[in-house]
Amino acid sequence: MIHLDIHKVLHGSQGEMNLDVKLEIQKGEFIALMGESGSGKTTLLRILAGLEKAEGKIEVENVFWMGEKKMLACQERQIGFVFQDYALFENMTVEQNLLFVKDDKALALKLLALTELNELASRNVKSLSGGQKQRVSLCRAMMNKPKLLLMDEPLSSLDAKMRVKLQNEIVKLHKEFGTTTIMVSHDTEASYTLADRILVLDQGKVIKDGAKDKILQKVTTTTYSL
Amino acid sequence: MIDLGPFLLSFKLAGVTTLILFVIALPLSWYLSQTESRSKPVLEALTALPIVLPPSVLGFYILIVLSPNSAVGGFFEDLFGVKLVFTFTGLVVASCFYSLPFMVQPLQSGFEALNKHMLEASYLAGKSKLQTVWYVALPNIKPSLITALIITFAHTVGEFGVVLMVGGSIPGETKVASVAIYEMVEVMEYGQAHIYSAIMVLMSFMVLMAVYIFNHKQKKIGIL
Repeated sequence: MIHLDIHKVLHGSQGEMNLDVKLEIQKGEFIALMGESGSGKTTLLRILAGLEKAEGKIEVENVFWMGEKKMLACQERQIGFVFQDYALFENMTVEQNLLFVKDDKALALKLLALTELNELASRNVKSLSGGQKQRVSLCRAMMNKPKLLLMDEPLSSLDAKMRVKLQNEIVKLHKEFGTTTIMVSHDTEASYTLADRILVLDQGKVIKDGAKDKILQKVTTTTYSL
Repeated sequence: MIDLGPFLLSFKLAGVTTLILFVIALPLSWYLSQTESRSKPVLEALTALPIVLPPSVLGFYILIVLSPNSAVGGFFEDLFGVKLVFTFTGLVVASCFYSLPFMVQPLQSGFEALNKHMLEASYLAGKSKLQTVWYVALPNIKPSLITALIITFAHTVGEFGVVLMVGGSIPGETKVASVAIYEMVEVMEYGQAHIYSAIMVLMSFMVLMAVYIFNHKQKKIGIL
């Protein structure tokens, strides 16, 4: 179980804005975090990861990551983070990117097999396509068996075919490891396919929170809207 | 017969200076690349000072600070028995000041150009700042690193004003190649001066060409 009560003043393009988020997240839940650009989605993810400071508390499985006086360093939070721009270590091969997180070759090979990347294990990441890079980034994020997997628009820079492929792999990994996941996304279809719960953020406040069927309306057989 | 002593001394001075400056400049350039502190422009200006100051000004102040009559020079002489003026050690100290910006600035630019998310990914992987600098940041700024090392080395080989003021011209101790050329011209040994100067020109050209070839190759690898 994760308890959040986060407050931070953000200085955006539209002036000052208060990010106020109070949430409870069940273990193993998959949350899609939606909302317009500048609503505070990425900042919330970065605060959870320990990459930005804020006020309030974050309690994960009875351990305070952020409290009144305590701030657990991001190195100690056991977080998996998938960046929009992949952020792979460009001086390393695919396999080295994974092993840099944890020296567990069996797990690395298992993750690469699950995402059909085993043949690319010894390739330098610079030579990969965008879709392949994002799959490596996903595998790397799973290497420390994270308590919380955070994904910042992981599908946004991919074409439609690659988006579907990565979606399927995210589903596979979530089934295999059952990791509590928060994914920032603008993509209603992907959010419906992947998430159990949808949160909508507006001007730093949660304005909608519920099961995906309650938050997203079916427009056609494959498209959804908020 | 050409006396290679001054050249060997120049290379020794440049090698030691480059090594010491790498150790000093690495944390400094990393700090400057990551900080948003108000002290940043002050530190940057101080680091860049040797580029704009006349070598005689820099040499004069270093000479004052290192002389046995000053607090710093006196401290080293009394405590360790080390003389810092007109000695090779003094030349190394002076060269470290003189060549500091040539090591710091390429490293800082390289670190600043790195994808910040890549560094954050390393922290999230549980790595410390030191591990991140060593295993992620430095290998990803190879062209900047090579530029910093080679330009610092070449610049130290070519320094003259500061070396002459702080070291004088003691054969085998402080008489480096640039000082030897100056002395040859003074006594009108133009033939010898030509040979020494031509070696310096050729060497500097080769060093710069090596840097440009390396960086060009790195760019090609990046594109592929």
